[in-house]
Order: sequence, then C-alpha cells, then structure tokens
Amino acid sequence: MITLAVNAVAALLIIAGCGFFLAGSIGLLRLPDFYCRLHATTKCDIVGAVFILAGVGLVSGAELDSVRIVALISLIAITSPTAGHALARAGWHAGYRPWTREDDDESE
Amino acid sequence: MSGLLWGALLFLLVNALACLTRVVLGPTLPDRIVAANVIGTKTVVVLVLLGVVLDQVIWLDVALVYGLLSFTISLVVGRLIETGRLPRLEKAP
Repeated sequence: MITLAVNAVAALLIIAGCGFFLAGSIGLLRLPDFYCRLHATTKCDIVGAVFILAGVGLVSGAELDSVRIVALISLIAITSPTAGHALARAGWHAGYRPWTREDDDESE
Repeated sequence: MSGLLWGALLFLLVNALACLTRVVLGPTLPDRIVAANVIGTKTVVVLVLLGVVLDQVIWLDVALVYGLLSFTISLVVGRLIETGRLPRLEKAP
C-alpha cells in the first residue's frame, strides 16, 4: 500500500518534470531573442530536473543511491541559476540588446 | 515503473534533439550556448534515469561529473562572450 502510494507520487513528479522540460524546449525554439530564451529555459530546466530527480530518488528508495541523487539535486539547484546569470550578464556586456516590438517592425 | 522511466528517457532524448536545432540555427553565439546548456541539463537527467533503469550506480557518478563540467563550460564561454578572449590563470608572483 505504501509502496503503491510512493510509486504514484514518483510517477506524478516524473510526468510533471517532463512537462516542464517540454515547456522549456518550446520556449527555446519559439521565443524571439537570447534573453527571452534564457528566461524560458533556465527556470523550466531547474524545476524539471529537480522534479524528475526527486521522482527517481523516490523510486530507488532509501539506499546509498539516494545520497548521490540528493547531491545532484543540490548541484543543479546551485549551478544552473549561476550559469544562466553569467550568460545573461556576458551577453549584456557584449552589447546584445533585448528584443522589442520595433525590431519586428523594422525587419518587415 | 520501469516503463515510465524508459518513456521519460526517450521523451528527454527527443526534446534534446529539438534543442539541437537551436544550436544549429541559432543566429548568435549566446543562443547556441544557451541551447547547449539546456542539452547538458537534460543529459544529466538522462544519465540518472539510465543508472536507475539499468541498476548501475556508476552512472550517477558520471552524471555528477558531467553536471560540474557543463557548469564550468557555461562560465568559461560566458567569459569568452564578454571579453572576447579566454580567461587566463594568474601568474604566480
């Protein structure tokens, strides 16, 4: 009974994580410029990865693997926002300007 | 349960392929780097899923090292975009 409930929660977490990854990929492919794509992907990636890893940790149970999975979750939760911020800052200092509606009007 | 894990794995691989088109098409260098970063995160998750499905704990260590390397790559390429050259180690006094 308890294992059934744990498996159900894990399945929900994994499916939700896949949904977040899908949203991030759609944002990456559809949004107009670098900053918008960064905005879509960093958040969706972190949440999706943490959800899927938490679900996998629940499935594998309280063994030594789970310690590694917790380490991975904290690694991703710390490094991924840092990398996103570094890239956005680098793009700004390199002179990339954010997209506005006027950009679309000029190109037409 | 194993079926769901395989399904999530295949889904993530297809997703990564979709992101690969942005690496190829991306008009500017930062676009490509963002897409590569996303693929790196997906790869970490895929490695963990493979480790659990195939019951091989060593894949989790591979995923840890891969995550750290992908983070380092993002920082170094960010510096390359910002200054136009790669960071150098400080010379010892």
